[in-house]
Amino acid sequence: MSDDASAARGPVEPPTPRHEGARTATVVPPSLDQLRAEAMEWGRKPRRRGTLYVTEHMVRAMRAYGWTIIINALGQPILYLLGLAVGLAALIQAPIDDRGQEVPYLVFVAPALLMTAAIAVASEEFTYPVMSGFKWRRYFYGFNASPIASPQIAGGVIGGAAARMGVTEVIYYLFIWIFFAALYPSQTNPATAWLMIPIGMLAGLSFGIPLMAYAASIEDDKGQFALVQRFIFMPMFLFSGTFYPLTNLPLWLQWIGWISPLWHASELGRAVTYGDLSSPLVWINVLYLLALIVGGYLVARRVFTNRLAK
Amino acid sequence: MPAPVIDARNLVKAYTSKGKPDFLAVDGLSFEVAPGESFGLLGPNGAGKSTTMKMIGAVSTRTRGDLTILGLDPDQYGPEIRSRLGVVPQQDNLDGELNARENLFIYGRYFGLPAKVCHEKADELLGFAQLEDKAKAKVDQLSGGMKRRLTIARGLINDPRILLLDEPTTGLDPQARHVLWDRLFRLKERGTTLVLTTHYMDEAEQLCDRLIVVDKGRIMAEGTPASLIRQHSTREVLEVRFGSDRNQEVAGLLHGIGDRVEVLPDRILIYADDGEAALERITRQGLEPLTSLVRRSSLEDVFLRLTGRTLIE
Repeated sequence: MSDDASAARGPVEPPTPRHEGARTATVVPPSLDQLRAEAMEWGRKPRRRGTLYVTEHMVRAMRAYGWTIIINALGQPILYLLGLAVGLAALIQAPIDDRGQEVPYLVFVAPALLMTAAIAVASEEFTYPVMSGFKWRRYFYGFNASPIASPQIAGGVIGGAAARMGVTEVIYYLFIWIFFAALYPSQTNPATAWLMIPIGMLAGLSFGIPLMAYAASIEDDKGQFALVQRFIFMPMFLFSGTFYPLTNLPLWLQWIGWISPLWHASELGRAVTYGDLSSPLVWINVLYLLALIVGGYLVARRVFTNRLAK
Repeated sequence: MPAPVIDARNLVKAYTSKGKPDFLAVDGLSFEVAPGESFGLLGPNGAGKSTTMKMIGAVSTRTRGDLTILGLDPDQYGPEIRSRLGVVPQQDNLDGELNARENLFIYGRYFGLPAKVCHEKADELLGFAQLEDKAKAKVDQLSGGMKRRLTIARGLINDPRILLLDEPTTGLDPQARHVLWDRLFRLKERGTTLVLTTHYMDEAEQLCDRLIVVDKGRIMAEGTPASLIRQHSTREVLEVRFGSDRNQEVAGLLHGIGDRVEVLPDRILIYADDGEAALERITRQGLEPLTSLVRRSSLEDVFLRLTGRTLIE
């Protein structure tokens, strides 16, 4: 690029003004048919793999706050499990009665803690990066100027968040596994307990994807995410049968659990850890989480498409 | 003329908001752009230039009218069209959390380019943008001019057939603008079609083979910079200043001098084929301007003539 005559003029001198008849095209332009065929060829890969490309970008961007992610993923299980195992569990000597089945307190609470960790990641990754992409840094518009289509951008955000959730849950599960193996080997079922990891993914996505649809619809940041944290995430954490069976709550508060993805995911987590997998309730839990994911995605896709096509 | 790479017919973009009549950001634009041509949209802020660019960029959907880019309809073939476009938006939308080189690399991935090619292109374009020593710098730490150059470099990662530049040099210092113009001129030499919007006359004159003057979503005039000046203005312009409180009063005394007189808040423009002669006539009348300047007509004068407004108000 620098070996032509204009390099000798120095980089700051403008090109000479040119007026009509002075076109300098030295290259024979290809025909329209060739250009069309070329575009069709170039469009093929991004159409197929665009979501993956966006996922790759989101994961790369996470490296900027990679340490926070790792420390969070390691610190949370250590603090919660130790605190509850050594502290609260010592206080709650009596086993928990979960629908007639007696389990130690830590065994009862650990699956729900893993689900909560996944949802906590979701409440970060599906909010601020989305707002940033549309408004603060506007990088979604940059993606959208490339062959990437709007639904692929939504898909890539999900992919990136899922990747971080996966890391968090695997680490969390390893800690849980250590505690279970050391303290309650006979009361837990390691053959199915690892299924907490994919269930945690369902938990995070079922909470996060509808949240992403909402985040994408926000034009101005007026602290909505802080409200979500305080008035959706926290009550859900407290009233979803996380620390005690949902049935301990009066009926007029139990509905919070029924609509809460955290409760459905925790129920599934308990079922694979010590419970009954043949119960039809398991299917209701799975279907409810899937419905939130699919419904949320359909709305999010529309919001992304409309907002980017303005 | 070979088949146009961009063909717009009666292009309309309407924005609806509740309780208000539709706002027509673009109101029936028709134009063609030939391969290898550099085509400009000139107009003030809010004229509909950016909206038009977004429709050409196969991002914003049109409300009405026909549009083909590279022979394809953007409603059906958005990804295909965008795969051969380079886009430099008005507002930089780089990812500030990645460094300069990563921004180029990852953008190449979006076009399905293999990682190896992306690495090569990233290095080549850092050179093109004169940012080699900033390769590892986070985008947030770059100056405005550097970000702009990086955005332009990013737009070239796929060797685009058409490069769309929306106000490419707004906010740049003169030196950075000239560097940019030089880079764009080289692209043009390689056969890349350029479409740019600007409200800088000198930029339009430097870079555009042909342009349309747009105001309120409509085309006011079309032609080469020189032909537009010839059609809509005189050869020269005399600018005189009598002080902001006297300009209006003095303008009344200047009838008959030159073809046309425009009074701006800070100066009077007298359109005449011979500016020096016009100045002589003024001084012979006993009027002593505080300052005077004879210059050639520019696109700014064309715009003022066509819309009654200056471009930057």
